[in-house]
Amino acid sequence: MGYVAIKGGGQAIQGAEEVLEALRTAEGEHGTPLTTQAIENQLRLLTSRIVSEGGLYHPQLAALAIKQSQGDTLEAAFALRAYRSTKPRLLETSAQDTGSMRLIRRISSAFKDIPGGQMLGPTYDYALRLMRLDLANESPESFRAVAHEFLAETPEPNLPDTYPKVVEALRAEGLLPPVENHTETPFDITREPLIFPVPRSAALATMARAETGSILALAYSNMRGYGDVHPTVAELRVGYLPVMLPHPITGEPVEVGEVLMTECEVVAMYEDDDAKGAPTFTLGYGACFGHNEVKAIAMAILDRALQKGMRDGPSNPSEDPEFVLLHIDGVDSMGFASHYKMPHYVTFQSDMDRLRNTQEKHESVKKQDVNEGVQ
Amino acid sequence: MSAGYNFGFLDEHAKKEVRRAILKAISTPGYQVPYSSREMPMGRGFGTGGLQLTLSLIGADDTLKVIDQGSDDSVNAVNLRQFIEMTCPGIDTTTHLCEATLIQSRHRIPETPLKPEQVLVLQVPYPDPLVVVEPSEDKRKIMHGEADYARLLVKLYEDIVKFDEITISHRYPTRINDHYVIDPSPIPRWDVPKLDNSPALVLFGAGREKKIYAVPPHTKGEPLAFEDVPFRVESFNDAQGKRRACARCGATDSFLDEFMNEDGSKRYQCSDSDYCDETLQANKTTEATTYA
Repeated sequence: MGYVAIKGGGQAIQGAEEVLEALRTAEGEHGTPLTTQAIENQLRLLTSRIVSEGGLYHPQLAALAIKQSQGDTLEAAFALRAYRSTKPRLLETSAQDTGSMRLIRRISSAFKDIPGGQMLGPTYDYALRLMRLDLANESPESFRAVAHEFLAETPEPNLPDTYPKVVEALRAEGLLPPVENHTETPFDITREPLIFPVPRSAALATMARAETGSILALAYSNMRGYGDVHPTVAELRVGYLPVMLPHPITGEPVEVGEVLMTECEVVAMYEDDDAKGAPTFTLGYGACFGHNEVKAIAMAILDRALQKGMRDGPSNPSEDPEFVLLHIDGVDSMGFASHYKMPHYVTFQSDMDRLRNTQEKHESVKKQDVNEGVQ
Repeated sequence: MSAGYNFGFLDEHAKKEVRRAILKAISTPGYQVPYSSREMPMGRGFGTGGLQLTLSLIGADDTLKVIDQGSDDSVNAVNLRQFIEMTCPGIDTTTHLCEATLIQSRHRIPETPLKPEQVLVLQVPYPDPLVVVEPSEDKRKIMHGEADYARLLVKLYEDIVKFDEITISHRYPTRINDHYVIDPSPIPRWDVPKLDNSPALVLFGAGREKKIYAVPPHTKGEPLAFEDVPFRVESFNDAQGKRRACARCGATDSFLDEFMNEDGSKRYQCSDSDYCDETLQANKTTEATTYA
């Protein structure tokens, strides 16, 4: 007699892989394989999400991860994260100045007129979410013509390379406190576990890799009333940040590449500051790889909420660093939710042993009660 | 795919960090040592903590056994073993406990006693036994430091008041070396006594929760209980109080899995597949000798 139900694991895994692959290619001879370039460009917001949640700025590998996971964002970010584990850390950048970003979009909801001006850029914010049926049967010719025409019709831009930060203007007016100079090394969440209490840099790094839906849900709880940040977006900017590294010989910072990123700074109402100085607004900061505005906004709100929680103790979940930071990682949460699909025969056997034992005791007590009742 | 990956998948810095955490864990039996825990290419909860321990410890001269639910053949065990074989060229794998130098397991400690030269790695979903009474890790850390397990004992006491029985079925809180109480991973109570004074080193890895802890060889491991309510392992007696035997090998001293036959009747079989095979083999040899 063999081992029922648990034999043949290897074959089953192999079979599962094959059927997954068959589904990926189910279009058969009429199908065209997705190129990673097409994913990176045409599904650029999806790619953005994966580089951010995967914690590795590599859009081509992110596109490949999307392709092989058949579009599952959690799986794709997971594959990228696991790939990261195989690579040693060679260099560390110093703090980068986001004032040097080449912007494709920047808005402020605090002021109509910001230094440098508002730039709506690529956004769905004011688009009507109507089904674009013309895209359903888009011809390659019309597809190729769009960007071409857009570029031909756009006048030579007379735009500056960089834009000043809105929060600098607020600081200059004394509405925000001056920047504190932090000399301590930022907490590295890829090399150190979170042991609470953790510094703000650990919270920011954890949120920058967070799963978009998870971080949004917790930030939304704060917006709805389990918290009171009441944010105003001082500035939301999307663009390419030049990454500077010290030159190996001269030590001078040199540009080694650029990353697309989204940054959001929210200003929240001022608070009692133990009469330390003049009251000012407070700031929440959010930033992530790629173009992902909802994530940056959610992060900025939670940063502000967590700063309050770290100082005064949490009065709701979104202000509790443990609650927020340990529950927003997609790799952790999806892995653990999936693990319940694995066999739990042994523990369930053990559960049944306890339940049957308790049931027997319950029965015997009942019988005893009945007997006593008869007497 | 193996081309391009370092031996053991992880980069050497990561493996070194894990080994340092292991040394610390052995030096403070039962203490949960935090470590950074890299993402592995399988799901958190599928044994990534155990896997990082195994990959950091294994060398080309090691013989590895991987079991899940007591079986070498279960899907997850196969998956982990294939991954380790792929990323650690040169190692040997085995299903025989006696041949293994390193054993990675989920939910079981093998029935046959371990030997001093063996290392058992257990996969851990929840490293902290205090999580049932205190959700904040910050507070739990203080409680562990002070060996303050009062609320855990109250929980056991409340069980007795409510059910006349301690209802913890697996992950039974176990005090190591008279101080730290550990979550011994979801092994059944049946396996808990094997931790006490074990000749082999037992390591626990929680990947998602980023903790490593150890029960070093010949260290006291004592399940929490009361003087008048002793710790009890699972009972495999039938209604008449007779110990059930494995339907396959006849063993009456092993943890049994319960199977439902098609006619609705039940059948019991060893959970530890290697032990079952060994017993079966031993019985055959005995029979052969008898007939000779």
